[in-house]
Amino acid sequence: MNAVLINLLYIAASILFIFGIKMLGSADTARKGNRLSAVGMLLAVVATLLYLGLDWTMVVGGVLVGGVIGAIAATRVQMTGMPELVALFNGFGGLASLLVGGAEFQKLRDGGLEHYLGALQAQSGVTVPGWFVVLAIGLTVLVGGVTFTGSLVAWGKLSGKLSGSPALFPGQKLVNLLMMAAALVGIALMVGGKDSPLAFGAGLALVALALVLGVLITVPIGGGDMPVVIALLNSFSGIAAAMAGFIILNNVLVVAGCLVGASGLILTGIMCKAMNRSLGNVLFSGFGATAEGGSGVEGEMKPASVEDAYYVLEAAQSVVFVPGYGMAVAQAQHAVKELAGILEENGAEVRFAIHPVAGRMPGHMNVLLAEADVPYEQLQEMDQVNAVMPTVDVAIVIGANDVVNPAALNDPASPIYGMPIINAHEAKTVYCLKRGKGTGFSGLENALFFGENTRMLYGDAKATVTELVGEFGK
Amino acid sequence: MELAPLLLLLFAFTLAIFLGFELISKVPSQLHTPLMSGSNAISGITIVGALLALNVGESPAAKWLGFAAVVFASINVVGGYMVTDRMLAMFKKKDTKGGPGA
Repeated sequence: MNAVLINLLYIAASILFIFGIKMLGSADTARKGNRLSAVGMLLAVVATLLYLGLDWTMVVGGVLVGGVIGAIAATRVQMTGMPELVALFNGFGGLASLLVGGAEFQKLRDGGLEHYLGALQAQSGVTVPGWFVVLAIGLTVLVGGVTFTGSLVAWGKLSGKLSGSPALFPGQKLVNLLMMAAALVGIALMVGGKDSPLAFGAGLALVALALVLGVLITVPIGGGDMPVVIALLNSFSGIAAAMAGFIILNNVLVVAGCLVGASGLILTGIMCKAMNRSLGNVLFSGFGATAEGGSGVEGEMKPASVEDAYYVLEAAQSVVFVPGYGMAVAQAQHAVKELAGILEENGAEVRFAIHPVAGRMPGHMNVLLAEADVPYEQLQEMDQVNAVMPTVDVAIVIGANDVVNPAALNDPASPIYGMPIINAHEAKTVYCLKRGKGTGFSGLENALFFGENTRMLYGDAKATVTELVGEFGK
Repeated sequence: MELAPLLLLLFAFTLAIFLGFELISKVPSQLHTPLMSGSNAISGITIVGALLALNVGESPAAKWLGFAAVVFASINVVGGYMVTDRMLAMFKKKDTKGGPGA
C-alpha cells in the first residue's frame, strides 16, 4: 500500500515537472511554471520520506544544511554573477549524483550483492540482475563526476578565477580518448567484479578518471563558447540523475533526469547553430586559442566623441542597441536602460537586438536587461531586427564583437564565416562602445569597426553611456 | 531473470527523451537562462536517490556518502528554484509598472 501511494505521488511529481518545463517556455507563464516544478520537487521528496526506516536526523540535517546554503547563495547573488552560480549549482547536482552512486556501491559492498539486491527488491518491488545495478552505478559515477568538475571549471572561467582563454596541449584529444576508454574499462571491471575488492579499486579509479575528464573536457573551451558548455553540462547533470534512477529503479528520477538531459541537449544544439559550428568543433577546436585565418581588414577605426554621438542620437528616429558580454562586464545595463528611456521620450523607436550567443550563457543579455527593467517586448531576436536594420538610423554596439562582425557574412577565409550575425553594419550610423582597440575573444579583427559608417566610442561602456545620458540632460 | 520491469523503466526513459525535445524546441531565446536554471533545479531530483541512501540499517560509510549527497542535492534544488524565481520576477511587460524592482 505504502509503495503504491509513493509511486502515485512520483507520477504526480513527474506531471508537475512536465507542465513546469512547458510553462517555462513562455514569458507570461514562466514564473508559475517554475513554481509548479518546485511543488513537484517537494512532492517527490515528501513521497520519498514515506519509505519506512529512514534515519531522520540525517535526513533533516542534510536538507536543512543544503537548503540554507542554497537559499543564501540564491538571494545574495548579483544578476551579473548569475552564469557562474548556475554553473556551480549544476556542478553540485552532478556531485550529488556521484555520491548517490558511491553510497549505493558502498551498501552493495557492505552486505554483499545478494543482500543488496534483496533490499532493493523490498524497496522497489522489482528484481533486477546484479550486473545491471553495477553498470548503472558506474555510469552514474562517470557522468556525475564529469558534470561536477566540468561545471567547476566553467564556474572558474565565468567568475574570472580561471583564465577564460582556451588551454590546449598537444595530444589533448588522444589523452581524452584514452581516459574515456580507461573509464569504460573501469566500469567493465566493476560489472565483472561486483562486490569484490577488484571492483572497489576499479570504482575508485573511475571516480578519479571522471573528475579529471570533466576538467580536461572544459579547459580547452574559450570564454565565448561558454553558452554551449553550460547547456551541455546542464544536460549531463540530468543524465547523471537519470542514471542514478536506474540504480535504485526509481521512476521519477529516470523521467525527470531524462527531461533535463533532453532539454539541455536541445539548448546545446540551438547554441551551436547560432554559431554555425558543430558541437565537436566547439569542444575540441580550442576556438580563439590561435588568431589565424581571415583576410586583413582595411581602413582605420574612426573615433568619435560623446558629443558627436549625442547630436546624431538626438536626431535619430530609430535606434537599436546591440549588447554583448562587454555590457555585462561594465555593468552598464542600468545606464543603457536610462539612455533607452530618454531616446524614447525623444521620439525614437528603441529596440534591443539580442544575439542567441551574446554573453556567457544562453539568454544572458535578456536577464541583465530584464534586471534593468527593460520590457521584454523591446528585446528582439536576431532575425526580427535584421529585417528592419537597413531602416535603422543608429545602431549602438555595447561590448559585442564577433556577433556583429560582417566578416561572418562576406569573408570565406574568416574562422567565423557562416555564423549568423546581427547586421549592425547595415544601420545608417553605427556607434561601437569598446574599452580599447584590442580584438575580441576570438582574436579576430572586427570588420564592423573599420566600416565607413562606424564610429568608435572608447572607454568604459557604463561611463560612456552615462555621459550620453548627461548630454541629453543639458 | 526478470527483465520486464527494467524494460518498462527503459520505456519511460525513452519517452521522456522525446518529451524533453518536444517541450523545449520552441522556447524563445530570451527565456533560455531561466529555462536552463529551472531545469537545472529539476536535475536536483537526485535528492530522492540521496534520501533513500539514508536507511537506518546501513553502514556509517554508506550513510555519510548519502548525507553528503543530500546536502549537495538540496543546494542544487533550493538554490536553483530560488534563483530562477528571482530571475523570472524581473521579466516584466511594459504596462505592468510598479512591481517590486529587483
